[in-house]
Amino acid sequence: MENFRNRVAIAGVGETEYSRASGRSETRLALDAILHALDDAGLRREDVDGLMRWSVDTSGEAEIASNLGVRDLAWFGEVNQAGNVGAALVAHAAAAIAAGLAHCIVIYRGVNGRSGRRYGRGEVTGRRGQGAAAFTEPFGLLTPQHQLAMVARRRMHEFGTTSRQFGWVAVSEREHANRNPRAMFYDTPLTIDDHQNSRFVVDPFHLYDCCLETDGGGALVLVSAERARGLRKPPALIRAAAQAGHGERGFVDTAAISLAPRLWAQAGVGPDEIDVAQIYDHFAPYVIFALEDYGFVARGEGGPFVEAGGMRWDGGVLPVNTSGGHLSEAYLQGMNQLIESVRQVRGESTSQVEDVHLSFCDTGIGTGAVILERDR
Amino acid sequence: MSARPGFPIPVPSEDSAPFWEYLRQGELRLQRCLVCATFAHPPRLMCPECGSFDREWVAVSGRGTVYSYVVTRQAIHPSFEGHTPYATVVVELAEGPHLTSNLIDVAVDDIQIGLPVEAVFVAVSDEVTLPLFRRA
Repeated sequence: MENFRNRVAIAGVGETEYSRASGRSETRLALDAILHALDDAGLRREDVDGLMRWSVDTSGEAEIASNLGVRDLAWFGEVNQAGNVGAALVAHAAAAIAAGLAHCIVIYRGVNGRSGRRYGRGEVTGRRGQGAAAFTEPFGLLTPQHQLAMVARRRMHEFGTTSRQFGWVAVSEREHANRNPRAMFYDTPLTIDDHQNSRFVVDPFHLYDCCLETDGGGALVLVSAERARGLRKPPALIRAAAQAGHGERGFVDTAAISLAPRLWAQAGVGPDEIDVAQIYDHFAPYVIFALEDYGFVARGEGGPFVEAGGMRWDGGVLPVNTSGGHLSEAYLQGMNQLIESVRQVRGESTSQVEDVHLSFCDTGIGTGAVILERDR
Repeated sequence: MSARPGFPIPVPSEDSAPFWEYLRQGELRLQRCLVCATFAHPPRLMCPECGSFDREWVAVSGRGTVYSYVVTRQAIHPSFEGHTPYATVVVELAEGPHLTSNLIDVAVDDIQIGLPVEAVFVAVSDEVTLPLFRRA
């Protein structure tokens, strides 16, 4: 059966400012971002017939639809888990549009992730010792940060990756943020010594291994490729979009071990053909682990790759997180990176890679990824 | 009984209740498939290997090694203010399964992957006893 390859496009992207205190509700942030995205695409509120959301967010699709004045909401849904579902939402929406179930789907979010509920403190994800968490939280393993640090420590042990190499991820991303006026860490340089001297939060994670906390909103507008070609901006064709759940896998394996073979097959391209990548960086080490588990480099080679400048916009083999990523632009859990991925295809990034044909975006260390293609 | 300020007390579920009940009696037992003898932890309904619903609770040695660890040096949740640093470990038991736990007698900076450890049982409430570990 034919998949949706290049039959659906991201036609519009929108975001609010990124801040530590937005001064408005999460629903208002989402609406502001949606209006920007529709304007970017050259579409109107009445064109929207689908809405999709992160299940962890507060603004429901009914509330968004009633504010936007959507008359016939033909498609709505959410993907659950945590922040890592951006690519899954793109996949669901693309499949729906390719199947003719809806024609213009907006994927949106608005989060007061700093001034409101804070992910990093377990206020969103904590389950207080219940369910599977009964076997982790009572021992002080409270947040994704703890779980991921535990895996990172073992990976350092098995593959020789070092904290200093983690630091080169943070430093490379900060360089990109310093070229991006929207970034929360714009105009704020970071050196490798700053990283190494920063306090440990959850050892082995230093402060500068950890993502920002952000208030902000973002939105993507998806329509058929055919329709996108007649709109305001060049379409970002969805060459592939896929998700992967938490299946049984080895302790150090990220979900990319399951996803990568499916994703590359769906796309009909391999990692060597990717021109620029956005990779979910809630924690800097996971950029290295994702580069390895998606097959951009072999296991154990991700650390040396970033240390040699491989992910830098300035001269890197594969520029990664060119807006500054979650570490230095904003932490909208995948949304701001999907937006940056679209910008790279359009030629609109503040750290634009030359002649981008294929733009890769992981939205959760192997739990989902999107490959966008520039229209011919 | 030993209070652990800040640390949540586990809430046993219908499926995990035997695990906690055995611990209350001073025994570390893990769920194992009656058909193919595969351990499963945390407990679940079905054997992920062979699909059987027939399970038993098998006593394990409680001996193992530190497989990985993290040190929380800054309170993540407000309930941990004043209770850092602390280390959380994953112990690989001699029988194979991994348990998340804490070490009671090793300073956070002395923990290493591969450190031999053994289980001790620490009651944190009338209903709940935790499997913690000490240097073996």
